[in-house]
Amino acid sequence: MDLAVIWFIAISVLWIGYFILEGFDFGVGTLLPFMGGRDSVDRRVTINSIGPVWDANEVWLLTAVGATFAAFPAWYASLLSGFYVPVFVILIALILRGVAFEYRGKRDGSAWRAWWDRAIFFGSAAPAFLWGVAFANIVRGVAMDADQIVTAGLLDLLNPYALLGGLTTLSLFTLHGAVFLTLKTDGPVRVRARTAALWAACVAVPAAAGFLAWTQFAHGEAWTLPVAAVAAVALVGGVVAVLLRHERLSFTLTAVTVLTAFTALFGSLFPNVLPSTTDPAFSLTVANASSAEYTLTVMSWVAVFFLPLVLAYQGWSYWVFRQRVTGATVTGTPAGPGTEHEPAA
Amino acid sequence: MEALDLARWQFGVTTIYHFLFVPLTIGLSFIVAVLQTLWFRTGKHEYLQATQFFGKLFLINFAMGVVTGIVQEFQFGMNWSEYSRFVGDVFGAPLAMEALLAFFLESTFIGLWIFGWHRLPRAAHLACIWLVAIGTNLSAYFILAANAWMRRPVGYEVDPETGRAQLTDIWAVLSNDQAWSTYLHTVSAAFITAGLFVVAVSAYKLWRNTHHGDTGTVGTTPPARDFALFRGTLKVGLAFTLIAGALVVFSGDHQAKLAAEYEPMKLAAAEAHWDTEEGADFSTFAVGDTEARYNPIDVTVPNVLSFLATGHFEGEVHGMNDLQEAYEEYYGPGDYTPNVFVVYWSFRLMIGLGLFGVGIAALGLYLTRGKERLPRNRWFYFAGMAALPAALAANIFGWVLTEMGRQPWTVHGQLLTANSVSPGVSLGTVAMSLGVFTAVYGLLFVVEVGLLAKYIKAGPSHLVPDLENDEHEAAIPHFSY
Repeated sequence: MDLAVIWFIAISVLWIGYFILEGFDFGVGTLLPFMGGRDSVDRRVTINSIGPVWDANEVWLLTAVGATFAAFPAWYASLLSGFYVPVFVILIALILRGVAFEYRGKRDGSAWRAWWDRAIFFGSAAPAFLWGVAFANIVRGVAMDADQIVTAGLLDLLNPYALLGGLTTLSLFTLHGAVFLTLKTDGPVRVRARTAALWAACVAVPAAAGFLAWTQFAHGEAWTLPVAAVAAVALVGGVVAVLLRHERLSFTLTAVTVLTAFTALFGSLFPNVLPSTTDPAFSLTVANASSAEYTLTVMSWVAVFFLPLVLAYQGWSYWVFRQRVTGATVTGTPAGPGTEHEPAA
Repeated sequence: MEALDLARWQFGVTTIYHFLFVPLTIGLSFIVAVLQTLWFRTGKHEYLQATQFFGKLFLINFAMGVVTGIVQEFQFGMNWSEYSRFVGDVFGAPLAMEALLAFFLESTFIGLWIFGWHRLPRAAHLACIWLVAIGTNLSAYFILAANAWMRRPVGYEVDPETGRAQLTDIWAVLSNDQAWSTYLHTVSAAFITAGLFVVAVSAYKLWRNTHHGDTGTVGTTPPARDFALFRGTLKVGLAFTLIAGALVVFSGDHQAKLAAEYEPMKLAAAEAHWDTEEGADFSTFAVGDTEARYNPIDVTVPNVLSFLATGHFEGEVHGMNDLQEAYEEYYGPGDYTPNVFVVYWSFRLMIGLGLFGVGIAALGLYLTRGKERLPRNRWFYFAGMAALPAALAANIFGWVLTEMGRQPWTVHGQLLTANSVSPGVSLGTVAMSLGVFTAVYGLLFVVEVGLLAKYIKAGPSHLVPDLENDEHEAAIPHFSY
């Protein structure tokens, strides 16, 4: 197998890692307005459940994009210039969200918190939706000329297949985040998160089933069919596990759903990286978009040595913060009757 | 107006804005780590207070550095797709390494540091902030190596078939003399900035204490406590600034020599030096005529430019007229002279403002020598506060010099800026994103300055109540959202 193919797989893994990890913190952000009153301890519990990890989760994105730049410069160039507006909205969303996490608790006042809560909601929901739109378009292909310059306009990107893709990622990440909250919190947030998970599932199950079927029918390979089937089964299983209150199992299963759904997407894309609907001859492929052998070799060695290290310390950080987040951990006072609902300090 | 012009403005605006926060992050991560180490070693309550106080300010700044950095990684592809296609093989590699080796380290351990005050053993918690500091420095190295490659491309060849640059030697890229010299210069400037940040904050608190009797606290702390604390941090900040100041001068001198060797046009423009000569003079104030290409007014110091550029008072320094002629012959017709006015004045402002900051540090150390001494004059406190914006501005002018001096090239001698821009992105699209970025950045700037001001006013006792005889454990508050 040549290095370009290995790097296509590596980049797929980085994106999938990103969607599994940031997927749940996008979901938590999207659910924030529904997890308690504006000034409640419950909202702080919700935010603190992802507090120590969201930043490192986001680095998976930076690594995926950086690796694409190095390993497939032409893909990086055509994609980001061709998907300018959605990428721009995602950037603004991530800026507001990151600042909001850090600044929300730095000043008292209802209005102050309300604005940052809106930023967290928008900053989480918009990328959760737009990444689905983007990846659906990548698999579907866009109008692109012989110089590999995307000629599709913004409205072309908002086709029905891509919108269904966006709805799928938004609802799936919301479900994934809700399940994460049931696993990581206690008290009223855990109760509300469970209800939210079931509501999210009402959208996620049909949307994902439709999107996976459409992808398989229009773009799929023989081997992606069982993968997509596993995604569907894991999703339904995850919802059943929520009903049965098996929180760990349900989180594992929603993670598996994200893993297999995106595996099916990347599998359907291969060996293209960005198909051209203008003329298949103009498509960007693993072969014609990749860097030269030497760069890929250097990058491979760097990845072989450092990725395990990164995984080890990131895993350790999850282990350090393995306890459930409660009202008491947020306010620093021992839990007692009534403390859950006191206004935040 | 073309999309190219706005794409350049966007790169300038987003980069300069990002670079307001980056130097503070680089330098403050170290200063906070040093303060926490002092607390770890001595157990003194004041060091804990200082760690928490400057740690809080560091985090407010850190968040902005992180979120504005994301834009940087994406905009090469968004606005500069032809550049990305051409250099991806070479430029992408350090960028990817930055993400894998540095960003993960920074972001994972900053989370552990913020939320780990009670959960981690003290030594492990201390190691977290040191790993953050190492991460920010690694990150700076990789990005500066990528930038240095654009100014002195090494370790590559252009594939005749695809017309793209291909990496042939990663070590050449990472050990590029432009890279390590720029790194040393930029990071020492970052330490000056962070040092002066600590100086400015301490000066403000001491001035309020001295001249207003303001304890700046909720009331639990006697003024004398904060007084001693900020006299200590003032000295730490001054010392950091002065040491970094020596490094910045040394590396700046090296940068000038590298520019003379690899980017003679930039050096000539920075000096408004039109004609090649031996024993060239250093210009201190010039009014140039860029049409006729000479300086009607030029106040100079004899032979100093030759010395800066070559190490000899009689060394030869190329002038813009001769370079322009030589480039036209080699690369074909075109204007190879950067904007002389901008480059000339950014060079002077960088040096002037930088030296002002370092000078304040030297003076401050003299005024605070001995055990208990504090500057008696109000003006020193004002100068200490003014030194921070001066340092921030000096950083900005340094980058304006570097980047504007590189024009009309994105990759020196290889790729013109005009050929780097995204062909498929319209003027309207770039205008929209430039407008929104500017507005959002402006708004966030106001918010950040407001928050910093609030926490500086509140003071350390607000964060770590000064409870006599109490166990330290009880006095360590939660850092959480």
